Amino acid sequence: MAEGIACFANLNEALDQIPYAKLLGIQAIEQNGRPAFYLPFAEHNIGNVLLPAIHGGVIGGFLENAAVLHLMWAQESTGIPRVIDFSIDYLRSAKALDLHARCEIVRQGKRVANVLMTAWQEDESKPVATARAHFLLS
Amino acid sequence: MNGLWLPVAAPDFFAQVAPWFMALPHCKTLGLELVTAGRGKVTLKLPFKAALIGNPETRVLHGGVVTSLIDTASGISLYTLLDQPEAAATLDLRIDYLRPAKPDLPLYCTAECYRLTDSIAFMRATAYQADPDKPIAHSVSTFARMATTKESA
Repeated sequence: MAEGIACFANLNEALDQIPYAKLLGIQAIEQNGRPAFYLPFAEHNIGNVLLPAIHGGVIGGFLENAAVLHLMWAQESTGIPRVIDFSIDYLRSAKALDLHARCEIVRQGKRVANVLMTAWQEDESKPVATARAHFLLS
Repeated sequence: MNGLWLPVAAPDFFAQVAPWFMALPHCKTLGLELVTAGRGKVTLKLPFKAALIGNPETRVLHGGVVTSLIDTASGISLYTLLDQPEAAATLDLRIDYLRPAKPDLPLYCTAECYRLTDSIAFMRATAYQADPDKPIAHSVSTFARMATTKESA
């Protein structure tokens, strides 16, 4: 990844090297020239068998991972940003369906970046969760 | 969190509900185990697995793994106070990552439900490895208690 990961093929290559991202099944896709993230439904990501619903920790991990990749894409760097804090609001239960996510960098300083993340399923205007996090940039 | 504790509110009920949580698909994927439970408190263990790494260079656990562990432990702490099943949903969860989790060591999480109202449960949790005085992460969260049909009440 000598040339950074500013292209989408390289984003997926980076994802492929993160074991937990592979375990969940996270994919990066291009949407209007920006990265978007996709988590196909998998039975092993279920956290509530009665509803059924995707585990809240899976949604958190998916969003945190999306923010990491989004920052790497925006910085054109291969260094993995380190999470400082992460705060997630669960707005709806996530059904046994695919998840989508996109991120927005609110502020990127020299050392620290603030990122907003949104996850949704069938309808982007009905998010299942929103999150914000700070990352230490490397 | 002080070190004093009482047994769970309803031991028979908790003995049924805890294995049910541990058997949930994502909890099984992570390999979560219940270590101990008291009234308002639980400790879970996450054995180290290479599949849970977030940074291939440092082999540090993925933050999402810590999130899942804390979310699960915090959720289960509610059931140490109950005597019958009810649904609960995480409203919000905030985590401060204090230091990276060392590879090849288990990660523990002790979660406490420190305030319970009719509709909301308030939790705090700490994740740690070999030394509880050097926590990996701190968390606070709130859970919404879902209204249950009170047939048995």
